[in-house]
Amino acid sequence: MDSSSVFANIVRAPEDSILGVTVAYNKDSSPDKLNLGVGAYRTEEGKPLVLKVVRRAEQMLVNDNSRVKEYLPIVGLADFNKLSAKLIFGADSPAIQENRVTTVQCLSGTGSLRVGAEFLARHYHQLTIYIPNPTWGNHTKIFGLAGLSVKAYRYYDPATRGLDFQGLLEDLGAAPSGSIVLLHACAHNPTGVDPTIEQWEQIRQLMRSKGLLPFFDSAYQGFASGNLDADAGSVRMFVADGGECLAAQSYAKNMGLYGERVGALSIVCKTADVASRVESQLKLVIRPMYSNPPIHGASIVATILKDRDMYNEWTVELKAMADRIISMRQQLFDALSARGTPGDWSHIIKQIGMFTFTGLNSKQVAFMTKEYHIYMTSDGRISMAGLSSRTVPHLTEAIHAAVTRVG
Amino acid sequence: MASAMISLASATPSASLSVQETLMGKTRLASGCVSTLFNKEKGKPSIKKKSFGQISMTVAVNVSRFEGIVMAPPDPILGVSEAFRADIDVKKLNLGVGAYRNEELQPYVLDVVKKAENLMLERGENKEYLSIEGLAAFNKATAELLFGADNPVIEQQRVATVQGLSGTGSLRLAAALIERYFPGAKVLISSPTWGNHKNIFNDARVPWSEYRYYDPKTVGLDFEGMISDIKAAPEGSFVLLHGCAHNRTGIDPTPEQWEKIADIIQEKNHIPFFDVAYQGFASGSLDADASSVRLFAARGMELLVAQSYSKNLGLYAERIGAINVVCSSADAAARVKSQLKRIARPMYSNPPVHGARIVANVVGDPALFDEWKAEMEMMAGRIKNVRQKLFDSLSAKDKSGKDWSFILKQIGMFSFTGLNKTQSDNMTNKWHVYMTKDGRISLAGLSLAKCEYLADAIMDSFHNVS
Repeated sequence: MDSSSVFANIVRAPEDSILGVTVAYNKDSSPDKLNLGVGAYRTEEGKPLVLKVVRRAEQMLVNDNSRVKEYLPIVGLADFNKLSAKLIFGADSPAIQENRVTTVQCLSGTGSLRVGAEFLARHYHQLTIYIPNPTWGNHTKIFGLAGLSVKAYRYYDPATRGLDFQGLLEDLGAAPSGSIVLLHACAHNPTGVDPTIEQWEQIRQLMRSKGLLPFFDSAYQGFASGNLDADAGSVRMFVADGGECLAAQSYAKNMGLYGERVGALSIVCKTADVASRVESQLKLVIRPMYSNPPIHGASIVATILKDRDMYNEWTVELKAMADRIISMRQQLFDALSARGTPGDWSHIIKQIGMFTFTGLNSKQVAFMTKEYHIYMTSDGRISMAGLSSRTVPHLTEAIHAAVTRVG
Repeated sequence: MASAMISLASATPSASLSVQETLMGKTRLASGCVSTLFNKEKGKPSIKKKSFGQISMTVAVNVSRFEGIVMAPPDPILGVSEAFRADIDVKKLNLGVGAYRNEELQPYVLDVVKKAENLMLERGENKEYLSIEGLAAFNKATAELLFGADNPVIEQQRVATVQGLSGTGSLRLAAALIERYFPGAKVLISSPTWGNHKNIFNDARVPWSEYRYYDPKTVGLDFEGMISDIKAAPEGSFVLLHGCAHNRTGIDPTPEQWEKIADIIQEKNHIPFFDVAYQGFASGSLDADASSVRLFAARGMELLVAQSYSKNLGLYAERIGAINVVCSSADAAARVKSQLKRIARPMYSNPPVHGARIVANVVGDPALFDEWKAEMEMMAGRIKNVRQKLFDSLSAKDKSGKDWSFILKQIGMFSFTGLNKTQSDNMTNKWHVYMTKDGRISLAGLSLAKCEYLADAIMDSFHNVS
C-alpha cells in the first residue's frame, strides 16, 4: 500500500507495442524462437551488423587526438547537416544551392519528426496532420504530443494487399486546404506498399493544388531499392516543383546506427530568408528539449559521406543489405508456394523495404507466437531483415499452420 | 485589403491559438495564414480567391507558408561564445559557457574517456537500439554514484532511473511527468537560476515561480528569503534545488542550511527536485558533492534528481545524463519508470548509446574509476587555484577595501561577480572579456596566467563604470 507516496495515482504503463515484442522475445527460452518484430537488420547468421565502413570511421574518430567533446551547436554538426541535405535532396538540388533549405541534426527519425511537429504546432496555421492508415505506431503519439490533431487517410487495401489509391486521393482531396500530410518517402512502414512514380506525381499535383504541406518520413533511403537516389525520388519530385516541404531523415537503418540516434530534419522553404528565420525558431524548440544533439553518430555519418571511397564502400554495403532482404522475400514466397499454403502471397515480393504486411490477423499472430515462437507485431507485420535462409522453413510452417488452423 | 484579410482568415479552418502560442504571447498575426497576403518576393499581389473562399494554388506556390515567422533571438548563453569567436583581439577571454578548459585554455577530453572509447572499439560492440529507458549498466551505475551503492533507496529498489539527454533532457522528462501527473503543480526555481530552466518548464507547460536566492548585498545566499518563499508556496509544489555548485551564482547552502531547507520542504509536503550537473566537479569529491541529495533521501523523502555527465566526465557533446525518481516503494518506482518511458518514446524513442557506454565503463572498472576521481580532483583543483589567484590579484590591486572573498566562498565553475549589465558590457567592449550580462563568469575558462588581466578588467568595470 502506497498511500504515502505522491506517485500513488501513477499506473503502470503497458510496454511499447513494437519494442515490447523484443522484450517478450528475450523472455522466451525456446531454441526455435524468431524475432521478426522490431525493424533492425540482421545478417544471414541472425546477428546485428555494424557496417565495416562505420567501424572504420569510428576508429578514425577515436584515433584522432585533435577531436574534442565540446557541445555541438543547437542545430548540430554543420558538416553533417549539409551532407544530409545533399543526400536526400541531391547534391545539385536548386533548393540547396539557393540556401532555401534549413537542416538541423536531430535524434534519428523520431526526434526529427518531433522537432518538426513542435515547430509546426507553434508556427503553422493548420494544425491537422493526415497520416496514412496504417502507419508506424509511434507517429500518432509524436504528432499528438506536439500539439497537432491527427487524422488518417486511406492507404492500405487489405483486399489487394496493395495501395488504396482512389481512397488516398479522395481523402487528401477532402482535407482542408493547408493541412499537413505525412508521407513515407519509400518502403512504407508497416505495409511495404509504395506508390508508383506515376501515382506520386498525381499525389504531388493534388497536394499542391490544395496547398497541403508535405512532411516526409525518410527512414529507409537506400534500403528500399538498394539505390540512394531512387529511394529519394518522391521527396525530390516535390522539391523540384519549387514548393515547400519538411523531411525527417534517419540513419538508423541505412547506416546501421540505430542506437546512436542520428537523423536530420530539413525544411525546404520558399526563400533563403524564410529558411534562416525558420532555423532560428527550430533552435527554440530544441534548446528546452535537450539543448544540443549527440556528436558521435553524426560524426560517423559526416566522415563517411564526405569521403569518396568511404561513401562508395557504404553504398556497396547498403546494397548488400537491401539485396539480402529482397532475397528473403523471394525465398519466403517460394517456400509458401511450394508448401501450397492457401492464398495469394505475391504481395511478399511486391512490397518494398524491411517489412511485409502479411495479411495475418491478430489471432493468427498470437497463434504463431504461442505455438511456433515467432515474434512479430499483432498487425501482421514481419521484419524481413530478421529472417534468414535457415529460418524461412520454420516461418513457412508457422504461417501455413496459422492460415489453415486459425480463422 | 482589410476585408480580404478577414475573409481569408475565416477560410482557414483552425483559427484558435494553440496553447503554446498563448503561453508565449503570440498573436494571430504571426501565423503563416494571414501573411500569405504579402507577396514580398515578387512585389505584386497574387491572391486569387475562389468564390467559396479557398486560397488558390497560385498563392500557395508563390508565397511561403512560413513568411510570418520572425527571427528568434540568439540563446543568451550560447550566443556569448559565438560573439567571442567573432572577436579578433588577442587579449580576448571567453568566460561565457560553462565548459572546462585546461590551463592552456583548451578543451579537455579526460584520459579515462579516451581509454573507455578505445576499449569499446576493441570489443567491437554493436549499435543496436537501447531500450527506451537506456543502457541498464549505465542506469545502475549512475544511481549508485548519486546515492551510494549501499543506500537503502537502491537496495529497496525504490529509484526509477531513466537515461536522459544530459541534464536538459533529464529535466525535460521530469517536467513532462509533472505536467501529466501533477496537473497545476508549480515548480519553484531559484532567482537566479540556469537560463534554460524556465524554457524547459514553459515548453513542458509546467507553471513555475521563483524563490529568492541570491542576495546582491552580501553576494551570498538570501537564506531567509529562500525559506520564506518556499514556505509561502502552495502545498505539494516541486522545489528545484541545485545539488551543488549553484549555476549561475556558485553559492551553495551550508549543511545546516540544507537541513532547514529539508525541514520546510517536508513541512509543506513539497517535492524536492534536484539538478545535479556538477557531482565531483564542485569540491573534487563525488560523495561530498552528493551530500545534499543524500540528506534528503535519508529522511525518507520522495524526490527527483536530474544528473549530467557533461562536466564531470567532460562528455558535453555526448548528451549523457539521467532522471532519477526516488519513490516510497519499489512498486511506485516501477510504475513511475514505465511512465517516463512513455514520455521518452514519442520524443526520441530511445537514448544514444555512446556516452552511456563510456560512463558505464569508467564507473564499472575500479582502475578507471580511480583514475577518473583523480582527473576530477585535478579539474576541481585547477578551478580552486584560479579562484585563489583571482582573489589574490583583486585584493592586491583594490585599495578601496571592497571584500572580494565571495570569490573563494563560491564553489564550482561559476562566479557571480556582482557586476551589473552595464559593467558586464564594459568587460566585453573594453576588455574583450566575454561573460553573461548578469555578471556571471565561468572560472573554468580562466587560466592562472590571465588572472591579473581579468582582475584589472573587473576593477575597472566595478569602480569606473556604473
